[in-house]
Amino acid sequence: MSEIPNDMYYTRTHEWVRLEDDGTVTVGISDHAQELLGDIVFVELPEVDSEYAAEDACCVVESVKAASDIYMPITGEVVDTNQALVEEPDLINSSPYDDGWIFKIRPADDEDIGQLMDASTYEAEIADE
Amino acid sequence: MSQKTALYDKHLYHGGKIVDFAGWDMPINYGSQIEEHHQVRRDAGMFDVSHMTVLDLKGNGVIPFLQYLLANDVARLKQAGKALYSCMLNEKGGVIDDLIVYYMQDDWFRMVVNAATRDKDITWIQQQAEKFNIDINERDDLAMIAVQGPRAREKALQALPIDVSQAAADLDRFFGADSGEWFVGRTGYTGEDGFEIMLPESEAAEFWDALIEAGISPCGLGARDTLRLEAGMNLYGTDMDESTSPLISGLGWTIAWQPAERNFIGREAVEAEKEKGPEQKLVGLVLDDKGVLRGHQKVIVEGVGEGEVTSGTFSPTLKQAIAMARVPAATAEQCKVEIRGKLLSARVIKPVFVRDGQSCIE
Repeated sequence: MSEIPNDMYYTRTHEWVRLEDDGTVTVGISDHAQELLGDIVFVELPEVDSEYAAEDACCVVESVKAASDIYMPITGEVVDTNQALVEEPDLINSSPYDDGWIFKIRPADDEDIGQLMDASTYEAEIADE
Repeated sequence: MSQKTALYDKHLYHGGKIVDFAGWDMPINYGSQIEEHHQVRRDAGMFDVSHMTVLDLKGNGVIPFLQYLLANDVARLKQAGKALYSCMLNEKGGVIDDLIVYYMQDDWFRMVVNAATRDKDITWIQQQAEKFNIDINERDDLAMIAVQGPRAREKALQALPIDVSQAAADLDRFFGADSGEWFVGRTGYTGEDGFEIMLPESEAAEFWDALIEAGISPCGLGARDTLRLEAGMNLYGTDMDESTSPLISGLGWTIAWQPAERNFIGREAVEAEKEKGPEQKLVGLVLDDKGVLRGHQKVIVEGVGEGEVTSGTFSPTLKQAIAMARVPAATAEQCKVEIRGKLLSARVIKPVFVRDGQSCIE
């Protein structure tokens, strides 16, 4: 069984989203997603200061098997990226919710995050796959 | 309707992640493909390759038949047990399949062909065999396990039945030996030493357990692919197919041009191409920038032309992206590869990246 922490939101494309105290939002991929992808060997991070609409492909995670797009969970501007992934992309496998975070955004609208799935909804969603 | 090998339950038991491979339910990995890759490079791993097709060709016409059917020449096999790697070509010189053929006896050769090409191979071979006095028998009663790695032979010899173990112990590289219904070849598809073992399906599960007991870990087809690519071994359907000749697929060395009077299927076409000079070649690429090379990415050779990656991956041993690519014949030492709209620099080398656990690149 994959881990699904309660203190975050989730997307249908398996990103997790955590609201930080400073109003920014951290994004990564779920434990379930990293399991499906297998060993991650390369991450193409988004550019800081770039803006994306919700559901835009904004960066790429490559496993030994294939390249997968990561989608913007909510509309916003990228304010930081996890540079540790440049040398250690497999942090996404070993620590998907902590050291393996991918980027932070400043949401265009603070209300948007509430539209995403909570942990129990996401759990039901992946159980149907 | 997908097929299952005799070891399917074992794959589930060991946590294998099952995928469809050419109509077979096969394990892609049992957890981490990279760990399985390292296991083979550093110690010993095993693969269920029972989906591959084994054909026994028997009869007193078998040698002339194979000399006609294959681009390599079975007359090169002087000793019983010796194996030969060859392409089977169509009249245009395109590759119908690549295969291994073992010289069992003067009137008996055993051929191993790809699972994905089984049907067309058998149809083609039967058509060509009409003029020769031979029987073709598919050995779908046999399972096949590849044990590979620097310690694979030593460990497998402990697990083999005593008579088979004795027959296998002194095999030179690229030789095989049979004992009863078992057959052991010192061959493989990883660039490491090891065995490919054929045995009756009914004994496969028990033998799998014996190999585990001897300290050999199960590895999936995912690791098999990264291992073969590091070793610079072609994958049929990816690096070559019916539209490409051996000469532009890095397989010119497998064509036996002598004796000149041997007439094999496709000879005229590949001779004409050789005479003219092939327009393309298959090379190895090493990506200097970060990223991952993948099949079908565009290769740009400045001042020369364009080519394409045929298979690419992240090399777990070298920790950088490697690939095979078909490029213009005049390609020198450098090229660019287009990945998601960006041009990244790659070095062009002979397509052998790792052999016997050692890096072959500078």
